[in-house]
Amino acid sequence: MKTAERLLGWIDARFPLTSVWREHLSEYYAPKNFNFWYYFGSLAMLVLVIQIVTGIFLTMNYKPDARFAFASVEYIMRDVDYGWLIRYMHSTGASMFFVVVYLHMMRGLLYGSYQKPRELIWILGMAIYLCLMAEAFFGYLLPWGQMSYWGAQVIVSLVDAISPPVALWVRGDYVIADATLNRFFAFHVIALPLVLAVLVFLHIVALHQVGSNNPDGIEIKEKKDPQTGIPLDGIPFHPYYTVKDIMGVVGFLIVYFGIIFFAPEMGGYFLEENNFIPADPLKTPPHIAPVWYFTPFYAILRAIPQKQVGVIAMGVAVAIFFLLPWLDRGIVKSIRYRGALYKTALGLFVVAFLVLGYMGTQDPNLWYVNPVSRVCAVVYFGFFILMPLYSRLDKTKPVPERVTG
Amino acid sequence: MIASASQQDDGIAGTFICAGFKLGGPSDRIPSFEISNIAQNRTVIMSEAQSDPGRRKFLVGATVVVGAAGVAAAATPFVLSMFPSARAKAAGAPVEVDISKVESGMMITQEWRGQPVWIINRTPEMLAQLAKNADLLRDPNSEDSTQPDNCKNINRATEKHPNLFVAVGICTHLGCSPVDKMKAGDASGMGGDWPGGFFCPCHGSKYDMSGRVFKSMPAPLNLRIPPYSFITDSRLLIGDDKKGA
Repeated sequence: MKTAERLLGWIDARFPLTSVWREHLSEYYAPKNFNFWYYFGSLAMLVLVIQIVTGIFLTMNYKPDARFAFASVEYIMRDVDYGWLIRYMHSTGASMFFVVVYLHMMRGLLYGSYQKPRELIWILGMAIYLCLMAEAFFGYLLPWGQMSYWGAQVIVSLVDAISPPVALWVRGDYVIADATLNRFFAFHVIALPLVLAVLVFLHIVALHQVGSNNPDGIEIKEKKDPQTGIPLDGIPFHPYYTVKDIMGVVGFLIVYFGIIFFAPEMGGYFLEENNFIPADPLKTPPHIAPVWYFTPFYAILRAIPQKQVGVIAMGVAVAIFFLLPWLDRGIVKSIRYRGALYKTALGLFVVAFLVLGYMGTQDPNLWYVNPVSRVCAVVYFGFFILMPLYSRLDKTKPVPERVTG
Repeated sequence: MIASASQQDDGIAGTFICAGFKLGGPSDRIPSFEISNIAQNRTVIMSEAQSDPGRRKFLVGATVVVGAAGVAAAATPFVLSMFPSARAKAAGAPVEVDISKVESGMMITQEWRGQPVWIINRTPEMLAQLAKNADLLRDPNSEDSTQPDNCKNINRATEKHPNLFVAVGICTHLGCSPVDKMKAGDASGMGGDWPGGFFCPCHGSKYDMSGRVFKSMPAPLNLRIPPYSFITDSRLLIGDDKKGA
């Protein structure tokens, strides 16, 4: 036996290396008809790795102290070799994380990937999404600019609307202060990344238990080769999908670095202008809005002219996604075989989500902002609340026996 | 020896060992096993016939309850460590402000507990306007809002210094600091019928010149008036209304 084989044998006797490789890569059979939408799961993993690596290097020069935080970020941007690149990779990575995750979720909506038997994958995925929102929120305070400060002030005030002692506990001071910055740093760099890593692991374990859905929304495990027991429409994840995903990575990196090199602030959407002014607890900037990935929910909050109800509506708008597997009573999974009712509902929902996102960035005093947000909020909630009805009444098309490619 | 397990002296030890074995081993069968009882230097033999499910359930339950209490006790210092520290509380002490240079129509901002506190010397016109605002306001008499008792009036100020408006400049909606739009009418860019007051840029809440919130605004309450007192006519103490008045 060659040395390499003997080493592998030695390891395999002590650790399930070869068997895990087979079970999850070389003999993990995924449907052969994955399309463009199936890039975003692996891309989300890529962005997670980028964020962790760039984050580690940022902490080497960042100071989580209200007196030094803003200056230390500017120091990274100006004086640290390649500090600007690492920082822009991290700040652009945050926005790209949400781009990729929103597209990943959209894939689930299109092809019914949350339906039985994949409810737990969806729930774990939603937990990752919540974790990501918290991670982004805590991270946004760290540069200690005006938007950091007042954004955190507004979000913690949401807690204040429900329970003032809890808000005091979260801040560790009577206002957003040094204590808040220090603990948000702790949450951002250690607590949540650990939770995130565990959740991603569980998300994939749950996925590999039932196998991937596909654009036809049919189970490939139901049609297996009688001799080998391998699904007829399945191909091994490695090398087929590892190669496909690398293709996706190349495309993603072109876009990602294009933004980093040519538009890292993205016209104020990725890094807001006000955040280049140090935090001033005595003066709110004239117009504040969260970063783009929170604006759909922020628009819902603003559209409701009653504080507690607004906060609750915003929370429900996020949490209601968890119920999706049980709200959908459709008999087919994929949009390809759904009827006009579901297609219309999903179309309206996507439009409402995007319009809410836009309205959330706009000045609330413009006459159309709140009325349009209200209409969109009704559509948004209608999509979920009426789903048991229209998904059942929908005239579906017959589903094919085998995947169609 | 078997019988000794139920005797007073090693009864507890024997049952704990048995319960531990049950949790770690297969649940459908409990084989006999031997274990040395170090304290007594004797061997206790347990058999299937001797296991007592009721007792075992009780012990598992008791362990869970005691364990949960332990976790709660251990979590307490960590949770409490996140409340404001002694230093943060000390920084919440009252602050003194010299107001001799705040002329009529002027506004200054003083930091107290990290928050902006506005001190405004209102003009007679501003005070006269307050009485006309009632129809516009959600809580014109400040019934639901927070202020010291001696400021619960239309001016939201003390009897002796009705012109002096002292308020925490934090919107009661989501904690932004409103901007001053003190001039009435078009001059503030708030429309011709603007009575003068404050405007929160975050979500558009409007307040009048005594910090009373307008109807149908996201903010639920009038601006908070902090406790304050006058050391002399020109020196203000914010954060304490016990001294003087």
